[in-house]
Amino acid sequence: MKLSLRIWRQPDAQAPGEMVSYEIDEVSEDASFLEMLDVLNERLISEGDDPVAFDHDCREGICGACSLVIDGQPHGPQAATTTCQLHMRKFKDGDSIDIEPYRAGAFPVIKDLVVDRSAFDRIIQAGGYISAPTGTAPDAHAVPIPKQDADAAFSAAACIGCGACVAACPNGSGMLFMGAKVTHLSLMPQGQPERATRVLGMVAAHDDAGFGGCTNTGECAAACPKEIGLDVIGKLNRDFRKAAVRAA
Amino acid sequence: MAVSGILLVLFLVAHMAGNLHVFEGREEMNEYAHGLRTLGEPLLPHESILWILRIGLIACAVVHIWSAVVLTRRALQARPVRYASKKPAKGESRHAVATMRWGAIVVFLFIIWHLLDLTFRTVNPVKDVPDAYGAVIATFSPERWPVTVFYLLALFALFFHLRHGIWSAVQTIAGPDTKWRKRTQAIGLFVALIIVLGFAIVPISVTFGLVN
Repeated sequence: MKLSLRIWRQPDAQAPGEMVSYEIDEVSEDASFLEMLDVLNERLISEGDDPVAFDHDCREGICGACSLVIDGQPHGPQAATTTCQLHMRKFKDGDSIDIEPYRAGAFPVIKDLVVDRSAFDRIIQAGGYISAPTGTAPDAHAVPIPKQDADAAFSAAACIGCGACVAACPNGSGMLFMGAKVTHLSLMPQGQPERATRVLGMVAAHDDAGFGGCTNTGECAAACPKEIGLDVIGKLNRDFRKAAVRAA
Repeated sequence: MAVSGILLVLFLVAHMAGNLHVFEGREEMNEYAHGLRTLGEPLLPHESILWILRIGLIACAVVHIWSAVVLTRRALQARPVRYASKKPAKGESRHAVATMRWGAIVVFLFIIWHLLDLTFRTVNPVKDVPDAYGAVIATFSPERWPVTVFYLLALFALFFHLRHGIWSAVQTIAGPDTKWRKRTQAIGLFVALIIVLGFAIVPISVTFGLVN
């Protein structure tokens, strides 16, 4: 298939960027979206041009490294799918496709389509963990956990921290990411001792990083490749309210 | 945002229900309007309860608008560079993305007009304050049809504002699970419909001569 691409090119964080058009021929419909970009980059390199920089790692849809906003949608048009698992059969011969980086003040562009998502790391460092003694691993069932809680915590823990929620949110908010982490840990007995300090610390780090506030439009959940639901934002709100009241 | 919004919704419900007195006739409606001013008498001074409610209402409106300005400014700062390609919204409150902020401005402008019209009577032909019934009939008279159209347009904006606002407030304050979130969305839609239809029936009835 033949495609017209418009890709955001930006040499570095300081330089201004622009959308640049590329024509690409003989794209296999069995290629993944990133493989299509690989083919384009091989051509650019052979022509002596700078290849398009984009983030990727496992290419199995589980690491959260790939990003891209494809035709205005984080991870492209297919629901519950990361960019690396999106295949060219979702597009038609002759399509023109816009490829942009995530747009958020908290995720500055480093080069082309690569953004710096370390703001998420700072949110995790502010409370998205449990403190546990090191040593041999405890027995798997030493701490009983109700099946419902385990399932809900597991669904929230499916978050790969890719940042699609921020990219999709009209307010540039990171509440779905933060809600997933808070929900995952606050449903577990191991997460209880730090439950209040966790939510207060994470929300403060989120706001410091320059993410926007949540207005419950639900665009984040619709874009999430792991189908994290808005209930995690509800749980985050509830935990935050309780912790803030107790801290006051 | 959520707490002030819920209080404003409670005011709207009371205001809407009070308006329906217009269908009982001039005397009953004016008696109701008079009753609001004399509420609490003789124990409390004239219009004291009314002013307590008014001050509370103004405080809610100020807090609500201030919260909206803060959220909007944060949103603009959080996305300094816009996307080149637009996508249609596909979230649970997709209408909110397009209607919440512009709708709020329409509602705000309407409230200014509405106060000048039916509270201060600056733009109303009936200057006699105790005659609430007369003022309603005069402002929505058939030859002043643009007033009715503006009123209905503001209600249209209010409908979308409430449809999102009610469940959004519950999501912020209570944080329901998925099942209750869906129920809250349905309840929000229902309450928004009741409020907007209850308000709309008055100007429509007056303009079409069903009440005169």
